[in-house]
Amino acid sequence: MMAGGVREASDGGKTARFKALALPYLDDAYTLARYLLRNTSDADDAVQECYLRAFRHFDSFRGGPMKPWLLAILRNACHATHAGTARLVYGADAASDDHQRAPMWSEDGSTPEQAMMRRADTDTMRRLIGELPAEFKEVIVLREINDLSYRDIATVIEAPIGTVMSRLARGRKLLRDAWIAAEGEGATR
Amino acid sequence: MNCDEASILLHALIDGELDAGHSREVEAHIAGCANCATQFQEFQAFRNTMSSSDLRHPTPPNLRARIEGKLPGSDVTVSRRSVFKGFVLGATVSALAASGVLVVVLRGDNERRVLGEVVSAHLRSLQGQHLTDVLSTDQHTVKPWFNGRVDVAPPVVDLTAQGFTLLGGRLDYIDANPVAVIVYRRRAHIINLFCASSLGATERSATMESLQGFNVRRWTENGLNLWAVSDVGADELAEFGSKFEAMLRQ
Repeated sequence: MMAGGVREASDGGKTARFKALALPYLDDAYTLARYLLRNTSDADDAVQECYLRAFRHFDSFRGGPMKPWLLAILRNACHATHAGTARLVYGADAASDDHQRAPMWSEDGSTPEQAMMRRADTDTMRRLIGELPAEFKEVIVLREINDLSYRDIATVIEAPIGTVMSRLARGRKLLRDAWIAAEGEGATR
Repeated sequence: MNCDEASILLHALIDGELDAGHSREVEAHIAGCANCATQFQEFQAFRNTMSSSDLRHPTPPNLRARIEGKLPGSDVTVSRRSVFKGFVLGATVSALAASGVLVVVLRGDNERRVLGEVVSAHLRSLQGQHLTDVLSTDQHTVKPWFNGRVDVAPPVVDLTAQGFTLLGGRLDYIDANPVAVIVYRRRAHIINLFCASSLGATERSATMESLQGFNVRRWTENGLNLWAVSDVGADELAEFGSKFEAMLRQ
């Protein structure tokens, strides 16, 4: 315990700098991992591995935006998790356990019915994103949820911007079709 | 431009990724093509549907703690964990209490509770008609308003040039103590900055946490405890914090 201060001082503030830069994106990393892996314990492991790797390679981080750098490492960690456990079926295990974890709190002015509708919609949307083929899912999550620019998405998935654009267009079409189909089912229920 | 190209580029238009020249080309095509115009509208509406749902997965607190604990210089977190282990094993608790480690745990819980109160106060400010007591974009109006109302002189800085508009100030209560709140706006999002005297707490670097979908950046500065709370992304809130700190040091 007493060694803590000494060690922290001896790394020249590296840990503190890393924490300040990288920890704000923990939710982004976790969100991406949850969509890519679907299995919560795999996602936990991938995010932890991502942060440890990122810290090990922090010396090679040459400024620039931290978020795409970190999410690129996370994506590799997710792929490694897949390879290790052979649970490679992207989008399988789609049943989400999130309805239990979603916060009970709802926005001002909404009735409980509206809040419930919205939560059902959110659950559906999460499930449908999870069911997308991996190459479309990752660009959708990076764009719509992680809020990255096309250039940053290209960095993360190591592909040209043209690929990002065509996958995003195709991914949105797949997702929107699935959403409309799901809404139709909901209406007839 | 043909429809195949437009069907891809209209997404870039929706996302604001096209330069002026390409934007005009896509818009010209959409204006003359009913099919692509429908697609454009439908995808725009769908994008709004998506952005209105909360699709993020918040990091479980135990994972956050595990990661922080595995980074060097995080011995406090590690010892906190070992205390919990002590509880589970039903042993060595009193020994730990005697050594003072338990105090760390309790203070952590206390911070957690205060964090909850700060987020609740943020929520209340958005729901009611009580976002600001003093409504002014002028820091020289907002700052003196707090005189005599709270036991701190809150740092009120103008961050308009940095993209954060000062809206005013408010008196709020956290943990039954009056605190100064400075209210900023980022686009359509409100940022509440809570300031309380830190009562001798040690200076700490910023931490980012998220609770109920809100991000909270917490740090200490010049003997003040500061919490910035908002629904803007963690990166933007981090940007707010660093710009705020930079202005203070000027």
